[in-house]
Amino acid sequence: MQTDRVLTGILRAGALLAVLVMLLIFCFLLFESWSALTGLSIAGFLTDVSWHPLEGTYNLMPMLSGTLLASIGAIMLGAPLGLASALFIVFFAPLHLALLYRRLIELLAGIPSVVFGFWGLTTLVPLISEWQPPGASLLAAVLVLTLMILPMITITACAALTAVPEELFRNASALGMSRWGTIAGVVLPAARVGITAGIILAAARALGETMAVLMVAGNVVQHPESLFDPVRTLAANIALEVAYAMGDHRSVLFVSGLLLMLLVMVLSAMAGLLEERQQV
Amino acid sequence: MLLRAKQQIRDGVIQGLIYLAVLLVSLVFFWMLFDLAHGGAAHLSWQFLTESPIDAGRAGGIASILVSTALILLVALTASVPLAWATAVLLAEFVPAESAFGKIVRFSLYVLAGVPSIVFGLFGNAFFSIYLELGFSILSGGLTLACMLLPILTSTAEAGLRAVPDTYRSSAAALGLSRTVALTHLILPAAAPTLAAGLLIGIGRALAETAALLFTSGYVDRMPGSLLDSGRALALHIFDLSMNVPGGDNPAYASALVLVSLLLCINILAMKLAYGLQRKKIMT
Repeated sequence: MQTDRVLTGILRAGALLAVLVMLLIFCFLLFESWSALTGLSIAGFLTDVSWHPLEGTYNLMPMLSGTLLASIGAIMLGAPLGLASALFIVFFAPLHLALLYRRLIELLAGIPSVVFGFWGLTTLVPLISEWQPPGASLLAAVLVLTLMILPMITITACAALTAVPEELFRNASALGMSRWGTIAGVVLPAARVGITAGIILAAARALGETMAVLMVAGNVVQHPESLFDPVRTLAANIALEVAYAMGDHRSVLFVSGLLLMLLVMVLSAMAGLLEERQQV
Repeated sequence: MLLRAKQQIRDGVIQGLIYLAVLLVSLVFFWMLFDLAHGGAAHLSWQFLTESPIDAGRAGGIASILVSTALILLVALTASVPLAWATAVLLAEFVPAESAFGKIVRFSLYVLAGVPSIVFGLFGNAFFSIYLELGFSILSGGLTLACMLLPILTSTAEAGLRAVPDTYRSSAAALGLSRTVALTHLILPAAAPTLAAGLLIGIGRALAETAALLFTSGYVDRMPGSLLDSGRALALHIFDLSMNVPGGDNPAYASALVLVSLLLCINILAMKLAYGLQRKKIMT
């Protein structure tokens, strides 16, 4: 039919445009990074003295270590708390309490990162500063990131736990297994893939998070020696410097954006593969 | 019997730990919400919503900020909704799930969904602000957000369309309706609540966004005169007040309270729509 063909054509054009947006983003990042990737030595990103863009030294390693440490810390705190929350909702809590707690977590998933950052800045940073100055530190970044990724881990883990087939529970109780015995021996292994995929996605979110970390981490370019040292992450560095960066400096910032995007893409591809494997 | 007792102790300890974790999480979250409500309510008033910021936001209100936010949102939705829903209809209704074209589109949206917002900001700055010479403007900020919203709007709409039972499609075909008519008269109306829920989720995402707007829509807190003016979004206003304006904490609290309450309403409405649909499906 005529109208069907016209409509399909229009829809195809729309979808093609959506694909083009992805290509456009990638090409523009590459295009803007090009002068740094070809003009400067790549080894400089690893071996330059430090990050002094005005003097032409562009060592990205301190920022990379800051980014990774903050994300790893957040995952180490957030994964057990998130998993415990999910177990509480699915197995331990009475029905109305489980629903209430779930709503609370969903509500938190909707709070914007700038509000987490603001709360961290006005509440957490002064608290940490009383204990170990200066306050704005790797620890503050880890804590704020933990709060931000916890809802995500909880919601994905809940989905994975509820997807465990009913008959596994019946078999476990027929064998006389205790509640934790059932969870540790039967449910968690069955839901492992889904839970891991959720944690990987949360890690991707933590790596790319900008505002909340920018507000609480102190933003000093250095390899942190303790949890109380201020750090600067790759994303925060971009947010801080793009406004005035020129020439090579700007180009290097785009390189770090590209690096961030690739890191996140690898992680989300891993999560996607895991989820696909689980469905089979 | 000893084993059984040991198991009971272990189960009890673990249950205690889980309850402790939940208690800790709830306490921290209530602490945060209480802080926001407490700090914000003191400064929040009708004037705060209807006056423009004075003295970098220390005094006055957020009227111009709210207008800029609404305009950025409007641009973002106008640009992304038609594109996203066209893509969703194509993926759900016209292209087999396993076709190469469908796979490519779905893959690129999946990649797009994972891109950190600061990277969208970089792209928006390079492409919209500088290459297309839109400068720091509401238009470039809105278009950058539109790119960010594409994957979320498409995936929610596609899921909504796929939830429409196939009997609708076969009945329409049996009646000799064209697919276009079936789509506009049957499938889209049936999927309308999920489309609306997806739209609300997208709006929530856009309102919460800061990093992508930092160097696309800019910092200017004046009332915008046109779409080519720079305009400061509400989330950015909170950031600027707390980081760059000494003595800006009180208005920042109030702005945060406004933003969080707005998002809360939007999310609750979206959940209502989505759950309502589920209930209807169970009952019929």
